Amino acid sequence: MKTLMRIMLALIVLAVVTIVAMIWIPVQHTASKALSESSSAVTVARGEYVTRASDCMACHTTDEGQPFAGGRKIESPLGTIYSTNITPDNETGIGAYSLDDFRSALYDGLRKDGAHLYPAMPYENFRFLSEADVQSMYLYFMQGVPAVHSVTPQTELTFPFSQRWGLRAWNWLVLQDPQFKSVSDDAHINRGAYLVQGPAHCAACHSPRNLVMAQDGVSEDNPAFLTGGNVAGWSVPELRSKDSVAAQWSTQQMANYLATGRNAYATSVGEMSLVVEHSLQYLTDEDNLAIAAYLTYLSASSDAGVLSTQSHIMPTDTERLLTSADPSMPLGPRLYLDNCAGCHAVDGRGAAEIFPVLDGNALVTGDSATGLLHIILHGAELPSTERRPAKLRMQGHAWRLNDEEVAALATFVRQAWHNQAAEVSASAVQPLR
Amino acid sequence: MARTDPKKDVVIVGLGWTGAVLGMELAQEGLEILALERGEDRDTVPDFKYPNIADELKYAIRYDLMQKPSASTLTIRRTGDEVALPYRQLGSFLPGDGVGGAGTHWNGHNWRPQPEEMRLRSYTIERFGRQTIPDGMLLQDYPISYSDLEPHFDRFERMVGISGQAGNLNGKIIPGGNPFEGPRTADYCMPPMPQTYDATLFANAAKSLGYHPFPRPGAIASEAYVNEYGMQLGPCSFCGFCERYGCYNYSKGSPNVCILDALKRKPNFSYKTRAEVLRVELAADKKTATGVSYFDHRTGEEVFQPADLVILCAYQLHNVHLLLLSGIGEPYDPTTGEGVTGRGYAYQMNGGVQMFFKDKAFNPFVGTGSNGMVIDDFGINQIDFGREGFIGGSYISSGTTNGQPIRSMPLPAGTPAWGKGWKDAVGQWYGHAMSIGSHGSCMSYKNCYLDLDPTYKDQFGRAMLRMTFNWNENDIRMTQFMRVKMEEIAAKLQPDLMQSNFKKEGAMYDVRPYQTTHNVGGNIMGDDPKTSVLNRYLQAHDVHNVFVMGAGAFPQNIQYNPTGLVGGLAYWAAHTLRTDYLRQPRNLA
Repeated sequence: MKTLMRIMLALIVLAVVTIVAMIWIPVQHTASKALSESSSAVTVARGEYVTRASDCMACHTTDEGQPFAGGRKIESPLGTIYSTNITPDNETGIGAYSLDDFRSALYDGLRKDGAHLYPAMPYENFRFLSEADVQSMYLYFMQGVPAVHSVTPQTELTFPFSQRWGLRAWNWLVLQDPQFKSVSDDAHINRGAYLVQGPAHCAACHSPRNLVMAQDGVSEDNPAFLTGGNVAGWSVPELRSKDSVAAQWSTQQMANYLATGRNAYATSVGEMSLVVEHSLQYLTDEDNLAIAAYLTYLSASSDAGVLSTQSHIMPTDTERLLTSADPSMPLGPRLYLDNCAGCHAVDGRGAAEIFPVLDGNALVTGDSATGLLHIILHGAELPSTERRPAKLRMQGHAWRLNDEEVAALATFVRQAWHNQAAEVSASAVQPLR
Repeated sequence: MARTDPKKDVVIVGLGWTGAVLGMELAQEGLEILALERGEDRDTVPDFKYPNIADELKYAIRYDLMQKPSASTLTIRRTGDEVALPYRQLGSFLPGDGVGGAGTHWNGHNWRPQPEEMRLRSYTIERFGRQTIPDGMLLQDYPISYSDLEPHFDRFERMVGISGQAGNLNGKIIPGGNPFEGPRTADYCMPPMPQTYDATLFANAAKSLGYHPFPRPGAIASEAYVNEYGMQLGPCSFCGFCERYGCYNYSKGSPNVCILDALKRKPNFSYKTRAEVLRVELAADKKTATGVSYFDHRTGEEVFQPADLVILCAYQLHNVHLLLLSGIGEPYDPTTGEGVTGRGYAYQMNGGVQMFFKDKAFNPFVGTGSNGMVIDDFGINQIDFGREGFIGGSYISSGTTNGQPIRSMPLPAGTPAWGKGWKDAVGQWYGHAMSIGSHGSCMSYKNCYLDLDPTYKDQFGRAMLRMTFNWNENDIRMTQFMRVKMEEIAAKLQPDLMQSNFKKEGAMYDVRPYQTTHNVGGNIMGDDPKTSVLNRYLQAHDVHNVFVMGAGAFPQNIQYNPTGLVGGLAYWAAHTLRTDYLRQPRNLA
């Protein structure tokens, strides 16, 4: 009882201190960093490039809307957030923003009027942007983006999340030193680290979330950085262990995946397809290779690229079962033969750049089967990119398979070949229809 | 009231193989291009998704992907004495419809002509004498040689993704390929597909007779493949639903899979579906086209689409029809032999031997559209025309393309067509039959041609196209020659039963059974404007800003499936447009 009283008292004191601090301490605006390059490095073209690398388009444009005019619905765990108009329109966009205002939005999640942005805006990561990149982006938004007069819907979250001022406390807890720290003597790897941690904000999905829903790791000094996350129920692959694709794919294959949404082993799915479509396909080959090199470095792999596109020499038990075509085989493998084997093949190894490998596929074996179930039910479409324009589609099977069948099929592929993931129940399928 | 749309640089009529190739090539020149397609839009998913597409009744019997005769057809007669009647039910040939055209539902057989076929008149006269050419045969050289077209054949094959085995690399004969083919500068882009049992039996028998079997080249991917446009194919799963179906597996080369997603990214390219072109509009002096008029089925109105360049990429029959309706080229008159448009229509002469075996099982449900082993030992360049008394040749092949239950149920002659007798025969023979087929040339003749029908009109009030076509002795002699050779090979396999089906002397053209959708000629290419509609660049002699793609340009048919030549000619024309015509539009000949 006494302990409880003490804890209560401590909490009350903490709350009072926090409120007093919020009243008396002014909102912090992170100062500009030194411009480490010559001012001629600040250009509209560079701004456009960094904007692409930062994937601003993905959230700040609706499917049919003008670029950066906002209004896109973003489903967050706190509720629906609408992205804002970031075209240089004076009334409805950011036309009145000074460079400092713009920087505060990127670094501190602050609007010009001082209100806090919800951290759906990844300012946790954009804090790492260099001054030259920030200034270039500002130039691009002011000079390279057409102003669009468009009022976007107000974001109205329920209490307590409707209280934006509360984010000040969150920011105190969460925000890290804005200085990007170089990770290696190798400029190529450093460039990759900068892209991953800063503009490309990979940690927003690929790092787990902590108790206050902040990214658990925005840079590699946090051991949880890029150890896998969860977006809308989909397991997001970890990129840090020797079992991850970062360690197993060659840097060239990783760069191919980033630039085209496909490589010798895998095809992009879910949110990653949007990242490829709107952002990564526009990066230079060198930058995508730099990202790949950093991920390889991070996964501390000495034998990257060990995966083979060839079938294993010894057929697995799964392959033997499927090849037998025994009519008495269980439902899962039978459904695989009837629906999947034409493309993904009985060895689960598919075909390079078109039919992804299922044996060892992170989406197949993820802790959550949601992504796998979603794709079995509704199919998938690859983004059209300059180098690989085909919007290759896998068809959905929701109309053809019932919940029990989808669960049996998903369980089969999660446990086929070398896969060892948990089984899936039919009750997990119904909500995804 | 006709609507007039804003002018385009180029209007393309029909979005199948040639329309997609020309669209892609000209889009790279930065031209504003509009393609008009009369049919619906189509893509692998959802239109060809599994298992819906594997519906034999819907697609192979009721022709869901084909042209609907109620909306568009022609009239047919065999001789000038007959009254042509509308082709109200599809049978002998199956024109495609919709985005991708027949390129979505072909089997994928892709061949180059023999060098000798490209100069068949000269070759015949040089080797066998002018007297070999029978009266009434319109034998002509193509105005372009095999070697001129070789880089364009190669490009088309690499774009489509052909699996095969070269037999002649730069003049060097390669074991396992076709030793009688023209020299190719490079091997196929994918290795040949594995073969089924029947194909292997055939190849062994042919080899034992001293022939030279090789795998059929086809647009069926044997491995993952990426073409020059970055478009992709995945390896085939042998489902056996190629011809008359779209491929659900991204394994069969089609305009949709090999070109269209890349083309749709070009901001200067657009296309409209359900836009049916009615005619090419000409300037007052008839020397140039001003654009095309089309019927917009969405809005129900006629539209004039102005354009600087008109490229006809519809099916051969429609291209000829449009030329006749538009007054491009003098219409051909069979009585005087004068005029060019509609002249030189030809087809394909095929035959087959069916064999039944009590003790052999063929698993016919495993197959691909281009499966099979082939011999070319009786191809055009291997036949002594003088000795055999005909001009022409065939390739001979065997291999299962499908085991679909309605159509692919070969039964011995005399089997009841229904009831217990039929069921017993199916029980006994399903999976126990194989066949050997010949695919042969068909020459052009004075009395086989296309013109406008004097009686029947289409839904737009235009005179329908009329086909006058019958089999000719020369080609029947050719197919009877093949029968003897094929029965010899078949006998080697010692079947329990054997039956042959070849055109016999006096055979009349029957439009009911399917034969082949290899309709050629009617707007043939040549150097002389008195005997051809198009010059060697596929440009209309009379109207220099009209180019016409497709097999209508063939002066007579080759012994092979025409797509490879059609594709090679399309890339050749695109090359000419890009490197010459666009710089200075004029008559290039």
